Parts: sequence; structure tokens; C-alpha cells
Amino acid sequence: MTTSLVDAESLLALEIGSVTTRAVLFDVVEGRYRYLGAGSAPTTAGAPFHNIIDGVRNALNQLQEVSGRTFIGADGQLMIPARPDGTGVDACVASLSVGPPLKVLAVGLLEDVSTESAQNLATTTYAHVIETMSLNDRRKTTARLDNILRLRPDLIIVAGGIEKGASQSVLSILESVGLACGVLPKEQRPEVLFAGNSALVKDVQQTLGTLASLQIAPNVRPTLDIEQLTPAQPALAQVFRHVRARQIRGVQEVDLWTGRKLMPSAMAFGRTIRYVSMEFPKKGVLGVDVGASATTIASAFAGDLILSVQSRLGLGENLPGILSLCSPDDILRWLPIELSADKLRDYIYNKSLYPASIPITEEELLIEQALATQAMYLAVRQARKSYPSSVHAPLPGLLPSFEPIIATGSVLTQAPKRGQALLTLLNALQPTGVTTIALDRNNLAAMLGAASGKNQYLVVQSLDATNFYNLATVISPVGQANPGTPVLHVRMTLPGGHETSREVKFGALEVLELPMGQTATLRLQPLHRFDVGMGGPGVGGNAVVTGGECGVIIDARGRPIRLNQEPPMRMEQIKKWRAVLRA
Amino acid sequence: MNVQAAITHILPLATIRRERLLPVPGRVVARRGQHITPTDVVAEAILDPEHLLLDIGRGLGLSAREADKYMAVKGGDQVGEGDVLAGPVGVARRVVRSPHDGTVVVAGEGQLLLRLDKPPFELKAAYQGEVVDLIADRGVIIETKGALIQGVWGNGRSSYGLLNVLAQAPDETLSVGRLDVSLRGSVVLAGYCDNEAVFQAGTDLPLRGLILASMNARLIPAASKVEYPVIVIEGFGKIPMNSAAFKLFSSSGRRDVTINAENWNRYLGTRPEVIMAVPESTQAELPDNTDVIVAGKHVRVVSPPYQGKLATVVSVSSTLSILPSGVTAAAASIRFEDGETALVPLANLDLIG
Repeated sequence: MTTSLVDAESLLALEIGSVTTRAVLFDVVEGRYRYLGAGSAPTTAGAPFHNIIDGVRNALNQLQEVSGRTFIGADGQLMIPARPDGTGVDACVASLSVGPPLKVLAVGLLEDVSTESAQNLATTTYAHVIETMSLNDRRKTTARLDNILRLRPDLIIVAGGIEKGASQSVLSILESVGLACGVLPKEQRPEVLFAGNSALVKDVQQTLGTLASLQIAPNVRPTLDIEQLTPAQPALAQVFRHVRARQIRGVQEVDLWTGRKLMPSAMAFGRTIRYVSMEFPKKGVLGVDVGASATTIASAFAGDLILSVQSRLGLGENLPGILSLCSPDDILRWLPIELSADKLRDYIYNKSLYPASIPITEEELLIEQALATQAMYLAVRQARKSYPSSVHAPLPGLLPSFEPIIATGSVLTQAPKRGQALLTLLNALQPTGVTTIALDRNNLAAMLGAASGKNQYLVVQSLDATNFYNLATVISPVGQANPGTPVLHVRMTLPGGHETSREVKFGALEVLELPMGQTATLRLQPLHRFDVGMGGPGVGGNAVVTGGECGVIIDARGRPIRLNQEPPMRMEQIKKWRAVLRA
Repeated sequence: MNVQAAITHILPLATIRRERLLPVPGRVVARRGQHITPTDVVAEAILDPEHLLLDIGRGLGLSAREADKYMAVKGGDQVGEGDVLAGPVGVARRVVRSPHDGTVVVAGEGQLLLRLDKPPFELKAAYQGEVVDLIADRGVIIETKGALIQGVWGNGRSSYGLLNVLAQAPDETLSVGRLDVSLRGSVVLAGYCDNEAVFQAGTDLPLRGLILASMNARLIPAASKVEYPVIVIEGFGKIPMNSAAFKLFSSSGRRDVTINAENWNRYLGTRPEVIMAVPESTQAELPDNTDVIVAGKHVRVVSPPYQGKLATVVSVSSTLSILPSGVTAAAASIRFEDGETALVPLANLDLIG
């Protein structure tokens, strides 16, 4: 697709993470949008700077050095739109993940219906549900009021009342919210997001409109059976902006640069994954962003996005949160070296003190990759709970077959060897069927999502193999067999007619050498009723695949992967897998 | 490109200015110019208010609208237990009385919201010094002079007392047996702690504070529970205390020290720290909070394999460097105190000053 240069606009994308602030320049070169360079600098939201603009300027200064362009004027402001002399930039987009998770009070009618939907909506951004309130809650209005005042939530999400359903009970439960807002000084009041029965909007506005900063979103639970979170996300993003602008200096300024379109990075990442899913409607698309603030899982099925943000699984200052979700042994199982639980715990807490620190030794690198594996492992299993019933996995508890899987986050993109990133992803996600795993090598996915509302051409033209690097095509047969039993027969035919065949045994991880970018036809014949995602157990077929950096991978280690229970044997097992993938 | 980085302070003498703020609006009780000790209260607020919603209409036997005409109090009024809130009504001169001491938040539509009086949360000064400014409804700014040593973890408590130097070496492991009665009421400087029983022994004495070089992270819950402040200077795992801090502490035995073991929160700007005060007449400057990592600067390494070691920057690489882990990063060549050199990522260096 080409773009008329008349319409072409240079675009500056900013991503303000909890550790790093990045600035990326896109512009049209030879008729299409290209990634022209990036600058990065430590984020300066915390002490002693307390203003994200310092970090943004540092990142922009670096981008200026790289690109030879000038973005900041003599007044210290971003020059937007671009000047006739070529300085400045035509448009700016930005996403933000820095800041403590929003403290959320989820309010609904029934605990396992609308209250759950309010909680689920909270998990689509950087938030932590600190309390729920529902009709099942028998506390008096004043007890609820005192609870809100004690907890001081940043945001109250109110769901409840299916369309044409309950109304009075929703209003009665809002009484304590209204009282709390009335009691608190204006600058201390929480944001309120109403995402309940649309017939109540006027009443809610009358009850809370003058007392709170109120946002209205489409009903997240329009019927008992249907939960719709995506339509509420723009309103949630607006609330997120308000809260962050109150908490962190400089957010408002960046928001102005973007025309008040600053968005949570997770939402921006989700937009990109959703966009890709519309290009691949036959299967779902999975996006994984393992970052310092959170691990984000974006799953999209033909344009329907399911976003899950796990703040307790961020690899930065929130890292100790992983220990509330799993034991040290669950992390240690991914290590090829011996390490005590105490040493792992010490590492986790030290990393949370200095989240920007980089592994100097190989041991540290292995620990970080093991932590990333477990964080993604837990996050994807949490996300899977929200998949619609129409999405089928080959066996209960497994992921459905995705095409492609897109991964981002510096622990993956900065891994010294691509095989390390691939093994981390294979162990964590344990994909099924035939899938391509792509690495967002320049960490652009969230930026493209933020840009999608402004410049569709840029997004389409940037979603290419230069930016989204093909790590490997992975074939993962699913079934039960004894280790060593042949479970898949593979014949690979190159375009010139050259053929290679292989019988893959259960428990093996194997590489079919296929150079990067070269295509081949695979004839897959599962044995013992194994499922390779071609129509059911035992069903084989042809698949045209493209070689990735690590070739074509046959992952017959079983789903879930069977790790040896004996630590020394398990470490040998992992060393062997690392050797296979040249990790 | 030179980028400003935060400084961790390990200084023998500095003017130290700190904000002490309530988590919610309240009342500032300290005065500007007041000389305070760490345990003095500077502000107070109700953190967990309790309310009562009284149905005045029902109490008076009237409709909500009628009841409003008989309200005897309005929002903001202080009332005592038994005070008349509404009425009298009718021949029987029916009234509604306050069930508790409290403040009327709002009254109307036949209802009255009463905030009950309860003891406020008291914000302690945490520092010894002078109140140099007041922040309306929130707190104070305190200024003090002395040696300043910042840590990385604290259990949220603050106190002060005489420093007792127990550690003979910067990584000496603290055992329960070392905490004897001679340490009662003092602030103890120790090395590494990996025994939960140490904290109970500190409570039993009791100690006024515990300064550790490092601690096993498994002990965080136990250290968080004790009533006296616990501060960790380097981090988790057996890490020797950096030589500058150890030298400052070990040469300050029997000096008055203040420990503010607040948790390190970059967003709030709080950090655990120890101050050893000097007379107010001493001349001292306010330290810079940021600087640039360039040749000649003093740094501390914050990650293995050199964690806790002090060094001087020899040069900052102009290009990215490949580390032993294989990771590529902006790095600096640094020289440790023993003359050894190493290449360390800039992100793993803490400016010291």
C-alpha cells in the first residue's frame, strides 16, 4: 500500500513506561511509512524529578541526535505541527504505563454478575481492585461510606442493571458512593465510571454528577449472559488520564501534545492486536507484553479484543507481587541452574528496588528470563478465563491455536539470543497447533495502537517483518503418549522440490532448518490421535510456513509441558532445550 | 548524551530539609520555628472516620420535609453526646439527641450524617530539627543538619536514640545472642540479618532502632511487624554495607541518631534514612538531588556481582557495550576502592553524594 506524499504526516510516538520513556519517529520514505529511529531515557515520574517531561525531553534529545531532526523549540515545547524548515513533527501520539496501579472499588448488583464485570473492566488497565460492593453486601450505608473513606479508591467502577433490568437497587447502592464523594474535599474525590443499565444514566448523573468526576460508559453487562468490556474502554482511558494527571506532573502536557488522546499503553497494545486479528480472522491473535509495570495479554478473535492487564506480574517495582500468585518453586522450575528459594526472593526484592537494572551476569539473565516465563505463564492463564465459549482449545486448560502470537517487552526483545526469547515464550505460553511467533523487535506495538486513531496507513505499513520479526513457526502436537513414542510425521518440501522427512517423538523439541523468510510446505501427519490444529485429533494436512530466525520448531513436549520432578534432571532437560534452540 | 540521575546521599554533613505530610487533609499542630524531636506530633487527621446516618424524620414522627424545619444543627456543627439535634416537636416535645460526640457533616431531607469523634492519627516529626514551613492542612517542612545516610528499605517506623555499633565488619551476620541487655534503648548498627528471632529479641530488649547492611528478603514480614524502626542500607541477600556508610556509622558510636524507616516510594518521594544530628550552628549546604554520571563521579553498584561496592567512574562508553550476560547496554568503566575495574551498565549505578 502506498501513501500520497501530500497526505503524509510525520508522527512522533511516545511511550512513557515505569522505567523507560521512548520516543519514536515515523515518516514517509520512498512512498511508505518507515520507522526512522528511537530515543530513550529513564522515566522521571518519581523523585527527585516528579515530572515526566524531563524524561520525555531526554528521549527526544536522543531522537534528535539519531534522526538529525529538531523537535523541541527554543521555548522548550514540542514543535507541532512541523515547520516549513522541516523542524518539528506533524502529529504526536503517546501511551503511558507509569504510576502505581489505580486503586479501584468495583460496585455492582450481584457479586458474580455485574460486580464481576466491573472487576473485569478494571483488569483491562493498570489497576488493582481493593474492594467490591454489591447487593450481597449487608453492611449499612454508613459502614460502606466509612469503608470508601478509609480505602480512598482512585476510581469507583459502577456496573449493574442489565438493559431494561433493575434500576432502584442500583441507585440505592450508589447512595454510599454519593455520600463519600460529598464528604471528601473536591480534590480528593475518586473518579466514578458508570457502566451499568443505560436507562439509569440520567438518574446517576443527577445523583453523582455534581459530587464526583463522573464518566459514563456503555453497559458492561447488557444481559446476564453477555459481558462487553471493549466499548467501555475509551471512557476508562479517559478516567485513567484524569487520575494520572492528578498524580503525576507532565501528564497533562503530553496529553495536550496528543490532542487529548493519551492512552494507557495496555489499551494501545490491545488496539494493535485487535487490528492484526481483523487481518487473520480464521484464528485468534495473541499479544503478550511483559513489561516493568505489568504483563499484558491481549487476545483478539476476529476483531473482538479481550485485554488482561496483570499489574502484580510486572517485572519492575511490582515484581514481589508474583510471590503472592505462585511459589518460588514455580519460578525456579524454569531455571537450568541451581538456585535457592531465598536467593530468588532476594533477587526479586532487589529488582523491585532498582527496576531499571540490567543483568550483568548470565545467572541474573537466567533468573530474569525465568521470572518472565512465570509471569507470562500466570498472566495468560488468567486471561484465558475470559475467552468466549466459542473459542476452543484442543484440551481443557490449554490455549487455543493462535496465528500469530506477537510478543514484546525488553526482557524478550533485548535477549542476547533469539533462542532465549523463543524458549521463554514457548515455556510460558505453550501454544497449540501451528502458529507463527513474532517479536516486536523495536517495541512498537503499543505506539502503533496509539497511532491507529490518527494514521491508519502508518499502522498498516509498520506492521511488517522489519519491525515484527518472525522468530519461528511452531508446530505443537497435543495429545497423550509415553515419552519417546512417535507422535508426528513431518515432511518439508522446499519450493525447488527438495524434501526432508522426520518422525518426531513425544517429549522432543526439534528444529527444522528453514532460512529466515523462505517458505516451505509442511505435510503433517499426527500419530496416536495427536492434534496439530488441522481439524481434530489425528487429522493431518498441509501447511505453508515461513522460516523464522529460529527456523521451524516442532514442540512435542506435551501440553502442559511435562517438567521432570527431580531438580537435577529438570535442569538437564532445560539445558537440552536451550541447546536445541541455541539459547 | 548526559542525563540527570538521582543521587543517593551518604554524607558526613548536610542541611537536610524534609516534608512530613498527612496522607489525608487534617490539622497541622506544629508551629513555624518550633524545635522538634522525632516523636513530636506535627499534624493529625482522622484516617478511618466513622459515620452515623440518623433518620430525623422517623425520630420526630414527621415527614422528611417537615423534619427539616425542626433541625437544631447544621453542617459543620460540633455536638456532644445527648445534645439535641432536632426538635422539640408537639406537646410531648419530642427531640432527637446525638448518640455520640461528633460533627454534623450534613443535615437535610429528614436525615443527618454525623461524623463521630475519635482519636486522630498523629503524624510524628520523624526528624529532629526546626519546623521551617507549614503546608496548610497537610504537614510541615523540617530542617536539620547532620550526617545523612539513605537506605533502600524501611519498615515504616521512626525513632531516635544513641547509636550502638555492633557490627565489626560490614557484612557480619547478626545473631540473637549479640543483642544483650547493654543495647537496651539504643539504635543498633548491624551487618546482615537472616534470623527472624532477631526481631523478637529487639522487641524484648527493647531496641529504639535497627540499622542493617542487608537482610534476607524472607524476613520482610517479621521486620515489618516490629514497633521499632528497621532500615536496610544495601538490599536483600548478604550484601556488605558500602564502605562510606559503614565508616560514617562506625565512627559515630554513642551519637544521637534519628531513623526514619519510611518505605522507599519514588512517587511520594519518601526514602528510608538515618540522620546523625550536629549542632544547628554548624555550617552545611543543602545537597543536590541529581547529577550526571561522568568520569570522576562516585557511584555504588546496585546489582550482582558487585552489589554494594563503591567505585569511581573512569569513563562512560560512547557506544553500547556487551555485558558478560550478553545483554547490550550503555555502560561505564568504574574503578573500585581496591583498584579493580569493571564495566557496569549505567542503569546499575547509583550516584553517591
